Amino acid sequence: MRRYIAQRMAAALVTLIGVSLLIFMLVRLLPGDPARVIAGLLADEREVERIRVQMGLNRPLPQQYALFFTHFIRGDLGTSARTGQPVLKELLARMPYSLELAAVSTLLAVVVGVAAGVLAATRRNTPLDYLISLGTLIGISMPVYWLGLLLIILFAVKLHWLPAAGADQPASLILPALTLAAFSVALITRMTRASLFDVLGQDYIRTARAKGVAQRVVVYRHGLRNAMVPIVTVIGLQLGGLVGGAVLTETVFGWPGLGQLLVNSIFSRDFPMVQGLVLTAAGMIILINLGVDLFYAYVDPRIHFS
Amino acid sequence: MHMLTRASTSAETPGGDESWAAATWRRFRRRRPAVAGLALIALFLVMALAAPLLSHYSPVDQDLSQALRSPSVHHLFGTDNLGRDLATRLLYGARLSLLMGVLAVAIGLAVGLPLGAISGYYGGVVDLLVQRLTDILLSFPVLLLALALVATLGVGLQNAIIAVGISTIPVFIRIVRGSVLVIREQTYVEAARSIGNSDWRIIWRHVLSNALAPIIVQASLSIGSTILVAAGLGFLGLGVQPPTPEWGAMLGEGKQYIFAAANLVTFPGLAIFLAVLAFNLLGDGLQDALDPRLRNL
Repeated sequence: MRRYIAQRMAAALVTLIGVSLLIFMLVRLLPGDPARVIAGLLADEREVERIRVQMGLNRPLPQQYALFFTHFIRGDLGTSARTGQPVLKELLARMPYSLELAAVSTLLAVVVGVAAGVLAATRRNTPLDYLISLGTLIGISMPVYWLGLLLIILFAVKLHWLPAAGADQPASLILPALTLAAFSVALITRMTRASLFDVLGQDYIRTARAKGVAQRVVVYRHGLRNAMVPIVTVIGLQLGGLVGGAVLTETVFGWPGLGQLLVNSIFSRDFPMVQGLVLTAAGMIILINLGVDLFYAYVDPRIHFS
Repeated sequence: MHMLTRASTSAETPGGDESWAAATWRRFRRRRPAVAGLALIALFLVMALAAPLLSHYSPVDQDLSQALRSPSVHHLFGTDNLGRDLATRLLYGARLSLLMGVLAVAIGLAVGLPLGAISGYYGGVVDLLVQRLTDILLSFPVLLLALALVATLGVGLQNAIIAVGISTIPVFIRIVRGSVLVIREQTYVEAARSIGNSDWRIIWRHVLSNALAPIIVQASLSIGSTILVAAGLGFLGLGVQPPTPEWGAMLGEGKQYIFAAANLVTFPGLAIFLAVLAFNLLGDGLQDALDPRLRNL
């Protein structure tokens, strides 16, 4: 078990180094002098030189990367070209909004997705199963930005029940969370249905049924527990997808999270901010994937032996 | 893994002499949702190609006296804030929206296919390097990677296609590698090697041709998701720039008039949704048709 954990952590570290290398190279691929691009067109020569020295752009590339990576590990993500504030400070100020949105959406997606998947798998080929399957197909094909706008039209413009944008009251969270959760609900439902159906066909389930175990116990204790690995995989994967979805959802609803900050930073060509946000998001996804890997071993002890 | 060899397919068909394509089409036709998806794609293609014949309005010329008109006989879906006919812009927009999806997947295939094949066929250090690269690219959600690339390359149609295309590469590497790992152990590959075929010939003629099924399925599903991401970039204002009609950009522009003219949001979004749905239905149908083991599921 310890060896498995060590292997997964080493792989995560290698991926993190690779991701940071990729982002490091992206900024160096910018046409022209990266220091000038990062400082912005209006910056004077002294400011450009300061950035050049701060980022180590006057040093050889390997040294530049070592500097970049050690800064990142220490939480130093540079200074925003737009506001002059440390990137980390702005990032931490917006983070709670994004985490709140992501947490509520994920909770919603897992509860609804697993419940709908169990219903569909245990009532296979019934009208309810077809209805749930149709719902998942629509959920997977629905552009998150369109769904958000449709919800605004219905609940804010027509019915006046909920606010259309902003984050100044608790009710403001409802529409963005519903929007962001929709795709994940569809994905988790699909996987739960397929995985549970597969498990319910196994011999040990038939044995449990033959012994007279109640249907509810068969489904939840024997079935769902053994169907968990693919379901947890999808939940982990959708957390990554949530980052992309959050960019669009936050833009639709004017939600002041990291996604909106990223889009604004791209428009204002604030490269240190873009770099810091992308690196942080990718780092979080690597951590989530590591968590999922470790969870596998906990749920299914056979995994770390293979 | 949806593995399939041409030999195995023709062997299980009733007559035994039915071609691979004919057998696949016969199975595909039985799936009504998949046929509906294909019909919808055909409809979008006709709309895109015949746009000048289907509408006499210009997709870009402004007429402010006609701004923000509701749907009517003259303007089926109404007009936008600059008085342009929305239905006409949707017809012309189909060209770019579909083209972006197809081209992005073409980039993913052009890079992912050879890399996945080499990685799976040769194994060793090459495989290790390609797999680490894949892990790194997969650490980025597709939209985030596309955003990072657009931030570097700059805003615009061409860069949006490249950015979305690059973000599809790792999926194809994984799919192709997975298939190749199984196929390279087959007896017919060993036989081809023993009679002196070069590695490239074996990969191209024997390995890749037998890995076609999962690649075709993934390509179809990926076109749906790339249309979604490319339109997402347009929606954010980071893809196709005005006045060029593209569904995502139209939705982004319409968002500002959501309180006054909901039709500017409803119809472009519906077009994106239907196009993505059509490719997802096609992909699901192809998966069932190309992998007969799934037929009874």
